Amino acid sequence: MRTRAYQHSLSGSSMAAGQPLLEVEALSLAFGGVKALSEVSFTVTSGSIHAVIGPNGAGKSSLLNCVSGLYRPTAGSIVLNFVAGEEGRKRTQRMSAPSDEREAGEKSIERRALTRLKPNRVARLGVARSFQNIELFDQLSVLENIMLGRHIHMKQNLAAAFLWTGPARKQEIAHRVIVEEVIDLLKLQAERSKPVGTLAYGIQKRVELARALAMQPALLLLDEPMAGMNAEEKEDMARYILDVHELAGVTIVLIEHDMNVVMDISQQVTVLDFGKVIADGTPAEVMKNPAVVEAYLGAQK
Amino acid sequence: MAAVETGRYHRTYESQLRLWHTRPQLIRIGVVAVIAIIVPFVFDNYWLSLANTALIASIGAIGLNVLVGYTGQISLGQGGFLAVGAFTSAILTDRMGVPAPLSILMAVATTAVIGVLFGLPALRLKGLYLAIATLASQVVILFIVRRWNFLTEGQGFVDVSRLEVFGFKIERSTFEQQWYIILIIVTVLVAITATNLFRTNIGRAFMAVRDQDIAASAMGVNLTRTKLTAFAVSNAYVGLAGALLAHYSEIISWEKFTMDVSILYLAMIIVGGLGSIAGSIYGALFMTFLPIAVRMFGEVIGGVVPQVQKQLPAVEHAAFGLVIIIFLIFEPRGLNRIWQRIKDFFGFWPFRY
Repeated sequence: MRTRAYQHSLSGSSMAAGQPLLEVEALSLAFGGVKALSEVSFTVTSGSIHAVIGPNGAGKSSLLNCVSGLYRPTAGSIVLNFVAGEEGRKRTQRMSAPSDEREAGEKSIERRALTRLKPNRVARLGVARSFQNIELFDQLSVLENIMLGRHIHMKQNLAAAFLWTGPARKQEIAHRVIVEEVIDLLKLQAERSKPVGTLAYGIQKRVELARALAMQPALLLLDEPMAGMNAEEKEDMARYILDVHELAGVTIVLIEHDMNVVMDISQQVTVLDFGKVIADGTPAEVMKNPAVVEAYLGAQK
Repeated sequence: MAAVETGRYHRTYESQLRLWHTRPQLIRIGVVAVIAIIVPFVFDNYWLSLANTALIASIGAIGLNVLVGYTGQISLGQGGFLAVGAFTSAILTDRMGVPAPLSILMAVATTAVIGVLFGLPALRLKGLYLAIATLASQVVILFIVRRWNFLTEGQGFVDVSRLEVFGFKIERSTFEQQWYIILIIVTVLVAITATNLFRTNIGRAFMAVRDQDIAASAMGVNLTRTKLTAFAVSNAYVGLAGALLAHYSEIISWEKFTMDVSILYLAMIIVGGLGSIAGSIYGALFMTFLPIAVRMFGEVIGGVVPQVQKQLPAVEHAAFGLVIIIFLIFEPRGLNRIWQRIKDFFGFWPFRY
């Protein structure tokens, strides 16, 4: 019997761990008179799980929407760093050869502002995301949903698509191989050909993670991947996120409400309250911060 | 969940990606092919002319389904786009002496371009608002067709000479038979290319835009490009249907492309099944033969209830409306879904599921 190992790196960034990957600087976002974000600054380092927490309405999702290009911030900048020549489709070629551990130091780092880009351009730079309210393509199967994660890496040739035999089929099969590795990693084999609309909530959340991971992202943004789950499901999901982080080596920005989960799996925590950063640091530091305690539990009398 | 073939293990992705896997599927294809081949030998000209009309409608319905069923962009401009295809091809062959195959291709390209033009509102509008915007395209195109004297040279209609392809000319005596052969080949090609499209990333992006456009853009799908490609592909098929209609009916005037036609095509894809190529064909066949069935029913029942026969046009309209309502209530996914359920019933038998 033949066994298969993971042949493709699912991380789209070969930046050395600890280098700044995403730099958010003085980001502000206002909807009319409502200030959703004001002067938010923080840095996500390569190879970490960075949690963003805060009470309801603190601006966490708005922040993520700004990064992925769905909202246009009123002021400030968001910069993605990557090793030069690795953005977008160019990464596909690198993926086909087993990626050797290259020193990022010898490569020049390129900085790209995300602030003025449309969502699809941001995605092409390697920023993948999941949504708070599941936004899967309901009528498509799990496989087709995850295949859509490969969209940025695939050529769009209409004539070849009409013909099917030839380049179109070859491309489908080539990308199917990577999709199958994602399916293996997230244990979605049994659900592969089911329409996602019929699946249980927890599995749909996992399909969203898989779809984002199939992009071979440089940065993975997860908006409340464990919302509405019971303790056991949360534990499973946390395990999958850790797998994605440790086995696939993807840098993750995570929005989460459950403090226990955040403290357990993240290396860096940014706390938002009323659109402002009130604390930033390791989980242990943040937990001791009086401002955080006040925001979450109310001031002690 | 559809019945799954058991005992069949794919060893390559290639074999899994094939359209037909099981023997029953191949047998069904064979049966349909045999029926399609014997039709011109069995039926008379009246029935063949209906079959030809249904085949042209199938091509148009597949085109509309690419846009409405697969990409989720409602279009009420079908009649107008058929007119663009028909008039382009008719004028090019008749007045400029362009050979028919070339003029048909040029009609396809023209309709695709004009479709993209009228698809521009789709970049901003969704749902009902888009429906109204495409309704405008129907009205605008039909207005131009009626008032622009250049098109019909002031006659109100265009006479199209008999189709001639590479020196081969359609004969008067076997007109319907020859057209049937041409149309069945074209319909099969259209169905195959459309099916292929939705096996690839481009077609998947269409469906992603339909299901969740925000998530699609976050996955790197360029919404502008995808929507406009959908309009182009859809209207290319519609233009082909229009051009074939012009050459087949040999006379075209604006009355063939009114609002009613747009709604009839929408009815076809609703009855057949939104987001299904096979469904488009079922729907086109169904809606073409429905008035005939109503007429036959009227003749049968005429002895007992003569009112039905006297009011036949009204009964036809009522039946048309009733069919749409019945499908929307009982099987919104159309004939295609009904056919799937029948297959599943036998696939699972003796179990219920």
